[in-house]
Amino acid sequence: MNLRKFIPAPCRDLLEIPEEIQGPRRYAMIRRNISILMFLITLVPLALMALINYHQYQSALKDEVLSPIRVLVNKTKHSFELFLGNRLATVRFIASAYTYEDLANEKKLNRIFRVLKQEFDGFVDLGLIDANGVQVSYAGPYDLKGKNYANQGWFEQLKVNSVYISDVFMGYRRFPHVVVAVYHLSDSGEAWIVRATIDTRRFDELIGSMGLDTRTDAFLISRNGILQTQSKFYGNVLDERPDLIPPASYEPAIVERNDSTGKEVLVGYAYFNRSDFILMVVKPKAEVLKAWYTLKSELLLVFIGGVMVIVFVVIRLTRVLVERLQVSDEKRELAYREVQHTHKLSSIGRLAAGVAHEVNNPLAIINEKAGLMKDLIQLNSEFPQREKFLGLVQAITASVDRCRNITHRLLGFAKRMEVQIEVLDVNEVLQETLSFLEKEALHRNIKISLHLAKDLPRIASDRGQIQQVFLNILNNAFAAVKDGGTVSMATWDKDFNLVGISFQDDGVGMSEGTLKHIFEPFFTTKKVNGTGLGLSITYGIVKKLGGEIEVFSKPGQGTRFLIFLPKTSKEGVES
Amino acid sequence: MNCKVLLVDDEKEFASTLAERLDLRGISVDVANSGEDALRSLSNSVPEVVILDLMMPGMNGLAVLERIKQDFPRIQVILLTGMGSVSEGVEGLRLGAFDYLMKPVHIEDLIARIKDAVSKSEREV
Repeated sequence: MNLRKFIPAPCRDLLEIPEEIQGPRRYAMIRRNISILMFLITLVPLALMALINYHQYQSALKDEVLSPIRVLVNKTKHSFELFLGNRLATVRFIASAYTYEDLANEKKLNRIFRVLKQEFDGFVDLGLIDANGVQVSYAGPYDLKGKNYANQGWFEQLKVNSVYISDVFMGYRRFPHVVVAVYHLSDSGEAWIVRATIDTRRFDELIGSMGLDTRTDAFLISRNGILQTQSKFYGNVLDERPDLIPPASYEPAIVERNDSTGKEVLVGYAYFNRSDFILMVVKPKAEVLKAWYTLKSELLLVFIGGVMVIVFVVIRLTRVLVERLQVSDEKRELAYREVQHTHKLSSIGRLAAGVAHEVNNPLAIINEKAGLMKDLIQLNSEFPQREKFLGLVQAITASVDRCRNITHRLLGFAKRMEVQIEVLDVNEVLQETLSFLEKEALHRNIKISLHLAKDLPRIASDRGQIQQVFLNILNNAFAAVKDGGTVSMATWDKDFNLVGISFQDDGVGMSEGTLKHIFEPFFTTKKVNGTGLGLSITYGIVKKLGGEIEVFSKPGQGTRFLIFLPKTSKEGVES
Repeated sequence: MNCKVLLVDDEKEFASTLAERLDLRGISVDVANSGEDALRSLSNSVPEVVILDLMMPGMNGLAVLERIKQDFPRIQVILLTGMGSVSEGVEGLRLGAFDYLMKPVHIEDLIARIKDAVSKSEREV
């Protein structure tokens, strides 16, 4: 199944690096792109979640914070209305329970007023007004008897509504008061009005009982914008603050607004049903939403923390990932080159076999023809210029021999040697091989230095092949060093599986370009006498024996060959 | 040295020249230029040694070798080929060839092998 089609196109583009970008830049790009992709798929959902949470918490918390204000406003409004309703009912009771004559009698009225003051606090005075608006009798601190109220607004209003509660006004002893009046119509059709004044200290008590903190304000205000009780922040009783009046609502409501000082506040309020009062609670928004602000900063902290962790993890993870990718790419590339090399070797091997065969046949003819010429010249002692011709023939056969050597080596390369396994001592084979070169070393004054591991384990391998490998490498080393140079060799027990052999010369060394090609067939730097097969054959043999060969070289600094041979041979098991 | 040799090779120039050189050294040589020719020639006269090329058009060297070893087990066969395939060489020796040489060959080496072959066939008598 192809998973790629499930990846959205832009992401796919992110993951595809053009082939022409290679090397470290390619991996830097892959790293960058994977990081971008991972950031996208982790940070976007995180940000979305944070945003959604933010809004949900905000609305939930707001509800949670606002509803107590609403409840408080409602409760207090009820307390106020209960208080006012109670006073109103009392006055109404007086109006109904007593006759006009009783109430008109100042003595009786004073008695009623005394009892009233005993039973209910807050009453300041009590009076009877006849249907024409004239104060008939009065019990209280003022001398209001005979006063005519007929022209006052509340009097008309009272006749319509039968009850009346006034706004607060500054009255006796400079206390704020309200007037409560009841219009009574008797069975006999007579009408009179009982009017009482109540001081509003009780209002302050009710507001005090709300248990508000110091930064929260609560007060009554009339519908025409006059403060009915003291406000902490917005003025004294009877100050005009029409700007504070909220939109009409008899149910407890909350509005957000900036107050006159520019502070953001929440205003909880409710209009009273049977009077002109509005109860208002004003709380600074910052206070109310303190919990929300705390939560908000915590949320932000968690978000930032999350982002930082993601960024850290993504960067680390991507680095590890891309490094692994790079390593595996490099391994693959190496394996690919090795396969290519092997393939090249085998195809060149086949070609070599073909060429060798094709060349060998005409070579054989030349050889025989020249041989016959030689035979004939030797048989005839009278042959003119006998010696010269013999010399010429000799030159031909010598060239044939040279060609034959090349084709035989080609074939040897092509047929890839049969392996004959025996248990052998690498040190011994090395010394044996060195003996072939002793004369040359002596002649050219080349110093041979040997560091052989004393208890090197014996290995199962092919003596002839190993000898050829050593010989090829030593031939190269001898060719590379100047007269009087040094060739050093060492053997050691590398690990459980391998023994190591190193060849170090202090010769001319190789450039990187040469180094790349030295194991390829027909590659040679020797101007004469080089077939370019030596190291290629060496490589083939070491591989066939299950070993490894490595070469390190720099121009002017000599060359170092490392060979690792397995201690046991698979070939041996098979044969 | 007196002995009789049949030289089988499709390269006529090579076969005739080598035959002449062997003649000069007292070895009488018949030449056949194909496997079929060789088998026909054997029905007329039987040599002590056959020098046999492996790669020939028509009947190939190994098939000829097999027939010779089957019909004339006493004849010693020396394989002489331009192709250095070990498997063919091994196969040839397995089928009873006396030796396996590669072209081009030094005449002295060849004669030495012929002598060895002759003495082997004489020992077997």
